[in-house]
Formats: sequence, C-alpha cells, structure tokens
Amino acid sequence: MTGTAPNSTAPKTVGAAKLAVRVSAITTLNALVTRFEFQRIDGADFPTFSGGAHTVVEMMDGEKKRLNPYSLMSDPAELSTYAISVRRDDQGRGGSLFMHQKIKVGDEMALSYPVNLFVLDLRARKHLFVAGGIGITPFLAQIKQLEAIGGNWELHYSCRSPDLGSYVDELTEYYPHATSVYYDDKKQLIDLDNLLDGQPFGTHLYVCGPKGMIDWVRKTATATGWPQAHVHHEEFFAPQPGRPFAVRLKKSELTVEVGAQESLLEAIERLGVDAPYLCRGGACGQCETDVLDSDGTFLHRDHWLEDDEKESGEKIMPCVSRFEGKILVLNR
Amino acid sequence: MTLQFNTETFRDDYSFHNSQRAIDRFPFPFHEDSYMYAVNMERHQGGPADSVYEKRFDVDEHYVAEMADRAKVLGDDPLRCQSLPHMTLAGWDLLELIMVSKSEEYPDLFELHRKGREWYWINKPLGIEDHFTFMDDTTLPYGPMEYITRQTQGDFCVLDQREDNLWMDAGMVTTQADWSLDFDIGMNFFEWHAPVPLAHEKGIFKRALKFLLNIQQGAPARRLNWTMTVNPLLDTSPENYHKWGIQKTTLTSENIGAKQHLRVELQTFFRLPRSNALVFPIRCYLMSFQDIVSKPKWGRRLNRVVRDLPEELASYKGFIDNRPLMLDYLSQFDDGLPTSFGVWPDEDITPTLQR
Repeated sequence: MTGTAPNSTAPKTVGAAKLAVRVSAITTLNALVTRFEFQRIDGADFPTFSGGAHTVVEMMDGEKKRLNPYSLMSDPAELSTYAISVRRDDQGRGGSLFMHQKIKVGDEMALSYPVNLFVLDLRARKHLFVAGGIGITPFLAQIKQLEAIGGNWELHYSCRSPDLGSYVDELTEYYPHATSVYYDDKKQLIDLDNLLDGQPFGTHLYVCGPKGMIDWVRKTATATGWPQAHVHHEEFFAPQPGRPFAVRLKKSELTVEVGAQESLLEAIERLGVDAPYLCRGGACGQCETDVLDSDGTFLHRDHWLEDDEKESGEKIMPCVSRFEGKILVLNR
Repeated sequence: MTLQFNTETFRDDYSFHNSQRAIDRFPFPFHEDSYMYAVNMERHQGGPADSVYEKRFDVDEHYVAEMADRAKVLGDDPLRCQSLPHMTLAGWDLLELIMVSKSEEYPDLFELHRKGREWYWINKPLGIEDHFTFMDDTTLPYGPMEYITRQTQGDFCVLDQREDNLWMDAGMVTTQADWSLDFDIGMNFFEWHAPVPLAHEKGIFKRALKFLLNIQQGAPARRLNWTMTVNPLLDTSPENYHKWGIQKTTLTSENIGAKQHLRVELQTFFRLPRSNALVFPIRCYLMSFQDIVSKPKWGRRLNRVVRDLPEELASYKGFIDNRPLMLDYLSQFDDGLPTSFGVWPDEDITPTLQR
C-alpha cells in the first residue's frame, strides 16, 4: 500500500497478517491430543490476544499448503509462546494427521495473527462455560484471562473417558471449585436443565464442542428463556470432502478443477489467486464470493449466509461450501 | 525532523493557521471530480514519507493547541468523554497502542519505558511524565482512555463488538462534525448512522459493518470523510450549535477564502487485542479555501465537487445555504482544464490556472 493514495472506491481485502514461528515444544497429552508450542523466529513477543482467539496454522505438506484454524490455549498474558492443542482426526482431510505425524520440534511454520470469533462478553457478571472434548481449548485461554482480572466463571467439561480428558488434571487442581468434569464412559451427563435454570442475572453462556452438543445447549438455553445475546458458541466446520467440480474464475480468467479432498478456497489459492479469508470454517464471512452464473446444486455448509442468500444462488462461501453441477462461474 | 508547534486558537480570535508544510501534506479527500459515498477503505499501514498516512497516529504542528482546546471543551462539558463500565479493558488496550506507536514513531517527542507492568511515559510536547502500573486504574489521574486521548489528536470512538454489531460504548469526542457522544453512547452501528442520507439505501452501512467486524489485529484500515466548517472550529458539536451554527451566516464574498474551511477526517480502525473492541480514531484536518486553491488541481476539483454534489448531501453536510457563495469563489479557480486522477496535488504535471 505504500505510495498509493487513499483513493480507492472498492473495499480492499484485510486478511490476517502472518507470523514466522518455530515449533518450540510438542507434548503428547493422550491417545488423540497433542499440544504444539511456538516461538517467533525473530525472537520478539507474539501479539497480545484475547481468550477465545484462534490462529490459522500454515502447513507445507510437500507441494500442498494446508491452512487449519486452531484455538490459542496459552495464557494471553504470556506472549513469548503461543500454544495450540490438536486432536487427531483420522477421517479428516489430513491437516491434523500432518501435525501429529510430520511436525517436529524446530520446524519453521507460519501462523496468522490471532482472530477472535468467540470473545468473552465483558458485560457479563458471570461466565458459564460448557465444553465438549477438544472444545476445551478456547476456554483454557479465557479462564486465564478471567483469573487475571478476578472474573467470575464456572466450567462444565464433558470428555469421552478419563484417558482422553485433556487438561482435566490441571483444571481440577487449580480450580477445583469452578470445574466440573463429566465422563461419557461413566454415563455422566451435564444436568443442563438444572444448570441453566437458576444462574444469576447477567450470566453469559458459552459452548464449544461437537455440533450435537452445541445444538443441545443452544436449544435448551432457548427453551429455558435465555436471551439469545447471552448464549455464545464456537463451531468451526472443517471443509468436507466431496465430488470434484470445475469452477470458472471470471476476473482472473482461470478455470480450476476442485479436487475431492480440497476445498473450493484451497483450489482458488492453488492457482495463485489472492482470495480473502479469515476463519476457513464458514463463520467469519470474509471469503464471501459472488456467483455470476451456475447450473447445478450448491452444497452450502457455512453459517454465515442467510437462508435467502443461500437459496438465491448468488453467493458462496468457498472455505467450506461445494457445488455439484455443470457450470459455476465466480466473480474472483 | 523537529516539529514546531503552533501557538494558535480554534475559537474566539481563530488564530489557527496552516504552514506551507501543513498545506503540502493536507489529506485532500477527492480522488476525482465528483463525490458519492463509498466504502472507500484501504489498509492503514504506512504511506508516502511525511504524509498524514505515514504514521499510525499523525502528530503535526497543531498538536499542542488542539490538546489545549480539548481540555477547555472537557472543562465545560465532561460528558464529551464517557466509558461504560465494561470498556475499561479496551481503554488500556488503546493506551498501549498509542503509547507504543508514538514512542516508536516519534522517539524525539515521546518515550515509553516498560518493566513488566510498571510503565514510565514521557510526553515532551505537553510536558507530561508519569509512572503508572499498566492495567491498574488507580495509578493514573484519569481512566486509561481519557488519559491517553487527552494527549492524542483526533476524536476516539471505542466500539464494543458483540451480536454481529458494533456498539458505541466509550469515546472521547470534542472535535466532531455535529454529532454527540452523549446522545449516541450505547447505540449500535445502524442506530448512530441513522441520520445519514442516501447511504442506507445504497447498502453502504451493511457492507461497511461487515468490513469493520472483520478488521483484524495487525491489519488496521483507514478511510477519509469530509464536511465544511466556517471558521477553524474543532468543536462543532450539537451541544454548542447555538455558538457556531450562527457563524455560517457571517460568510461574505470578501472573507470566504479565509473563513470557509474544508474539514477532512482521517478515520482509522484498529482491532484492540485484549478486549477485542474496535477503536475508531477520527482525526480532523482543517484547511481554508484560500490555502486549498493554492494547489491548482485541488482548486479546480473542489469547485466541481461542490457544484455537482447532490442536494441531500450538501444539506446533510450543512452548507447548502452557502453553496452559491462558495461556487462564486471557487469557480474563479476552475478554468475547465482536466485534472489528474488521485488525491495528490501533482504540481509537477498540473498546468497553472488559465484565466
């Protein structure tokens, strides 16, 4: 941008800036989850972040560039290190497997600046956290942030089994009165109706975990009369594999075949076309793209577009959504 | 470069003036010969050397005088600075952003020394030296937002982000173009923009909000806005309309070149890291018509923009009654020759006025 005047009339992409990092530690937590810690190559501190923020990790897997978002779980006041915890997904598209199997201490990688789509509402008089499995990670940073300012919080954390209870020991040791843990294999269930009934006025509810849990908590909250503005959830949709399809990029004058295992956004990036993105999970809206022409069926998987926009066939979120049909032309 | 700070006023005798350097670096807002609202955003990451876009928070010759004017406004009306209880953390974010930026970009004027949470701040132009504990409200003479914005040019809106909207939950607003923080406090983005004509119909605000919600740490953005002000007044607030509104009737063909000012706002947007709030500094630059027309390209263009502006906008910006007088003056500096694209004066390629 240097040297240009502010005379543009079109909005410009504001993507997240990148940080060059080195993997400083790898810790296996259990059979599924591994923690990765990073330090900046230039030795500087990381940018300050707020609890709930994620970073997009750039992985160079041979010729293929993978970009996966992970919640920052380290202490927001401790800026020499960023940490993420990665759950291995054997059925996924390979990003988590790459992290688990290929990444070694000392490897150089790139992280995006932190982006927060799951922020604490600082007006809350109490923060009530409901976590399922790897959904614990954003809460770890939020808890540290709240502890530093004497915030009022309470955590209900559901895990498959004690063996797979990431960070359970740490949480129950430091915050025994604020933490309740539930194990599926012991048939322990969060008593949600009772939990949501009788919270003090001004409480905000946050849920992060599998889709089924998020839907359950949000529905129960609505049914028990919680105001929508007091219920927060974080749900990243990983892009799902699908049938290959072709797409024409009108502005770039390029055509690309989207492979079964890659997302539309990844295919566009593979051509070297600079497309905006932030969350890569259908949540932030940054990659919204105009459809100029189409003949086929859209597989909308984001939770950004309104229903009427999805039905209109005029918009697509290429980070998670796909297409099946003959013709797809995008304004990109 | 050592800045010389002007001794000047923005009220009473209006001794405000722009040096040749200030005229040369004025952020002229029109990149073509007409104007309509647009989401004219770009990244705020530097700009040409010595331009107002170069630094994160531009400090210029008016700094000391502007801060004295702000202190006067606050003395008369403390409600120009407000911060709802949940916005204190954002205030600390803002204090850090400004202190770090200014001490890095103007090391001869500002110093920041940090040992953990114990901070030492030196502001040489204003003669301020304070030791304080970061994030401890009791160690500063004002709240963190008020403390730092009493030392920084421009108005500041600190916007909380929730429910896919932005909320005007804190601010320091003493140099505004006829809007009131006390009226807007607690409003969301659509509520406080409700009075703006034409832009809602064009979907400008929906698009602008989506853009702003997505502004990220490390990627601040900026845009320009503008209006007209008679006399170099910083405080054109609704609260004081009875004092300044009447001055619009004092324009004559003799005094318009000196009295009528183009008022340009350099608006920037930064994501704040701890609070996830968005800070929206609105920096005001004033320049008299006679100084603008000293640049032939700007003179030609300003005449065309003012002449062709839709009535709704001329009315909203408060100069519809004075438009004929303005055009009588400005048309003397428009010989009909074409102008080059972009906001810069382009003096090396612009022909002088053909009369």
